[in-house]
Amino acid sequence: MDNSQFIQFPPGSAKFKRSMRYVPRDPGEDLDMEDSEHSLPPEGEFHLFGERHPMSLTRFVVACEGGVEDSDAEHGSVVVVTGVAFVVMAEHQIRTLDGERAPNNFEDEIKLGAVDRTFVSLSVGFEGLGVKEEKMWGILRQKVGGASGLSSQGLGNHMLRLRPVTSAMRSYSSATKEMTVRDALNSALDEEMAADPNVFVMGEEVGEYQGAYKITKGLLDKYGPERVVDTPITEAGFAGIGVGSAYHGLKPVIEFMTFNFSMQAIDHVINSAAKSNYMSAGQINVPIVFRGPNGPAAGVGAQHSQCYGAWYGSVPGLKVLVPYSSEDARGLLKAAIRDPDPVVFLENELLYGESFPVSAEVLDSSFCLPIGKAKIEREGKDVTITAFSKMVGYALKAAEILEKDGINAEVINLRSIRPLDRATINASVRKTNRLVTVEEGFPQHGIGAEICASVVEDSFGYLDAPVERIAGADVPTPYAANLERMAFPQIEDIVRAAKRACYRSAPMAASAS
Amino acid sequence: MALTRRSSDLLKPLTTVSSSVSFLNRRLFSTDDTTTITVETSVPFTGHNCEPPSRSVDTTPKELMNFFTDMALMRRMEIAADSLYKSKLIRGFCHLYDGQEAVSIGMEAAITKQDCIITAYRDHCLFLGRGGTLLESFSELMGRKAGCSNGKGGSMHFYKKDACFFGGHGIVGAQVPLGCGLAFAQKYRKEDHVTFAMYGDGAANQGQLFEALNMAALWDLPAILVCENNHYGMGTAEWRAAKSPAYYKRGDYVPGLKVDGMDAFAVKQACKFAKEHVLKNGPIILEMDTYRYHGHSMSDPGSTYRTRDEISGVRQERDPIERIRKLILAHDLATEKELKDTEKQIRKEVDDAIAQAKESPMPEEAELFTNVYRKGYGVESFGADRKELRATLP
Repeated sequence: MDNSQFIQFPPGSAKFKRSMRYVPRDPGEDLDMEDSEHSLPPEGEFHLFGERHPMSLTRFVVACEGGVEDSDAEHGSVVVVTGVAFVVMAEHQIRTLDGERAPNNFEDEIKLGAVDRTFVSLSVGFEGLGVKEEKMWGILRQKVGGASGLSSQGLGNHMLRLRPVTSAMRSYSSATKEMTVRDALNSALDEEMAADPNVFVMGEEVGEYQGAYKITKGLLDKYGPERVVDTPITEAGFAGIGVGSAYHGLKPVIEFMTFNFSMQAIDHVINSAAKSNYMSAGQINVPIVFRGPNGPAAGVGAQHSQCYGAWYGSVPGLKVLVPYSSEDARGLLKAAIRDPDPVVFLENELLYGESFPVSAEVLDSSFCLPIGKAKIEREGKDVTITAFSKMVGYALKAAEILEKDGINAEVINLRSIRPLDRATINASVRKTNRLVTVEEGFPQHGIGAEICASVVEDSFGYLDAPVERIAGADVPTPYAANLERMAFPQIEDIVRAAKRACYRSAPMAASAS
Repeated sequence: MALTRRSSDLLKPLTTVSSSVSFLNRRLFSTDDTTTITVETSVPFTGHNCEPPSRSVDTTPKELMNFFTDMALMRRMEIAADSLYKSKLIRGFCHLYDGQEAVSIGMEAAITKQDCIITAYRDHCLFLGRGGTLLESFSELMGRKAGCSNGKGGSMHFYKKDACFFGGHGIVGAQVPLGCGLAFAQKYRKEDHVTFAMYGDGAANQGQLFEALNMAALWDLPAILVCENNHYGMGTAEWRAAKSPAYYKRGDYVPGLKVDGMDAFAVKQACKFAKEHVLKNGPIILEMDTYRYHGHSMSDPGSTYRTRDEISGVRQERDPIERIRKLILAHDLATEKELKDTEKQIRKEVDDAIAQAKESPMPEEAELFTNVYRKGYGVESFGADRKELRATLP
């Protein structure tokens, strides 16, 4: 065949139709194929036609009429079916279009015929679409390039390319598994979207870009552009649209590329979402999740480094969650999505790539963590250190250093800023009698201030030392690496504060004699 | 038919409040919903990027009578609220809708209770139009338990979810993206319903409106943006706030229609046209040319930035209720006296509702802590003195 298999798509048009002839190729050359009782379908003619999907400018619903039949179609194999049934294969999945429902997968690549786990691949391209066309070609080349041995020109007779399929199922080994926070969030989103059709994701670059930080990778392919919605760069607009859709019973997960940008939409988070259930006396609840990275990353400067835990944590009607490990990420995100109230879910960019061990229980799709309960990451008896998000890791390292000096620190991973688990914090302080709070955000009116006040109110008699606060510096975040390091808590800061709380440090500068 | 259903909903406020008085000024004419009367709108529609609908609107005697009684009821409610505010029974903010009733009434005539409406803070009459009762309205205004938000919302936060009325919003412009979100949900669920997101000429300049409109157009959401242009954003006239006060054109690529918002039939025709349009083609903007007799709110006399002549001029020439009255008399559906009696009846309905509302108690103190969350997980919440007042949120 020639390059006419690339469908000429008239500019400005929304539909295409193409007649194709399917000729089974003689298997043998450049194939990676085992013997199988499946033979390729016999020769036949079929028509491909498609139209632009209403909610996407770059995705098409493609249907196939006529063709060849293989009634033994099974998972991972044959493709073209007679009549108007439309079969698309995406990796290892087969779906049919029953005339009413558009398929979830809008891949423009249609795989025809298969033997065992290999595919015959027909790539269709679209011309005359301007920018979108380039993207199509990009995808095309990728797939074509991925197939064994195809030239980068992408043209030529590749109608019946056979290529090995990727392994169909991910499987977890029975040994202790490690999972990155990124994968934890991705899998939680995936499972909750599969479980509840009202859950959808919306934000900048969440779909075709696979997520600015790849948290939503693969979701567009699986759930389609109606449920994974790319937005323009208009936070106030799409946050409002998200809240409005939650008013009407959907369960949006709105991604802010970082929470710094949430300030453009903060009116919707607070006035439209948090307060609605109260103002309407329970008529209108808002089951929305606002998620994204919060706090500093590395060298991103003053406008991209602020922590919003204290701001959102002060608002009644909101729940504010702060995961640390992969277990936290999975359990708390699932809890947030299932929760009927607005949840602000503060992640951390630098934690996305970190791996944590996860048990089988955590990996189960029904896993969920309770909202409002802190976790004691490390038990101790000499001093309590509270922390959340990335600082939990720092606090744990500080605790190891303190151990060498004979100080046995208890590290509490807050997990939830609102509701704040005052009970766990106070019980710990009553045990250790000393407290250090750690956070990356600005110190004035911060999380530590609230924790300190809570402990002073409820457990004053148990304190043997003043409460110590470790927080970000009281300055906008500088860029220079040495200054940035000074602007955020380091492990030695936590160690020093814990020693002070235990009256074990060197005299302070002011009182040095 | 939508008409019959809607009119029975609108008659609800009258019949529920005074069960003993049978407001049955019903003549043979007023229940007649089979005779067609064709009415011409006051002015033709002006379209932007669309073919405007016809000026001829079909109606029935029943609908005409209902328009009259419903608008008269709304008018009376707002006037009564004015008095209640002045006697300090209503506190805080109170934004009155008198003069603009035709927008609510005309809209309800064209849509169903599964179509959504969301608006800003001038929401009392829209609430009534969606089926809310006078008792719920006055009680809410006075902060009583029987209010539609149990007294916890106030004038700006009326809701009626079972009739798809989503408030009631205090932040200017916020309701437009929220309305586009409602439309998003309708499209997501593949419903055949639409959303009317209402805003004023002041809010028309808000950035978030254009953000939401862009997305609505991009995704073909069934969102109808209704600009209730009463020509003043608080104390600022439209020509002082907008470089281009042709709000129906502000959508650029989004079609628009300019409508005489004081003519209930023009509004009805426009909303019907808009609903059909958005279900096929994505969003549209309706600009309702309307007028409010009161100031922006009860703390604004409304006469420092416009002349009394202007106000009385509009009342003379364009009052929505008068227009219907003339139509009723012209078509001989009722006599002057009957209409006057109807208005007296309505006055009584409203007074009865106020009396009943005054008897409703204020919310219990425990209500301070209810509905913070739908699901509170037993979390603690605090009063001003946290050692004195704490509560567990269920």
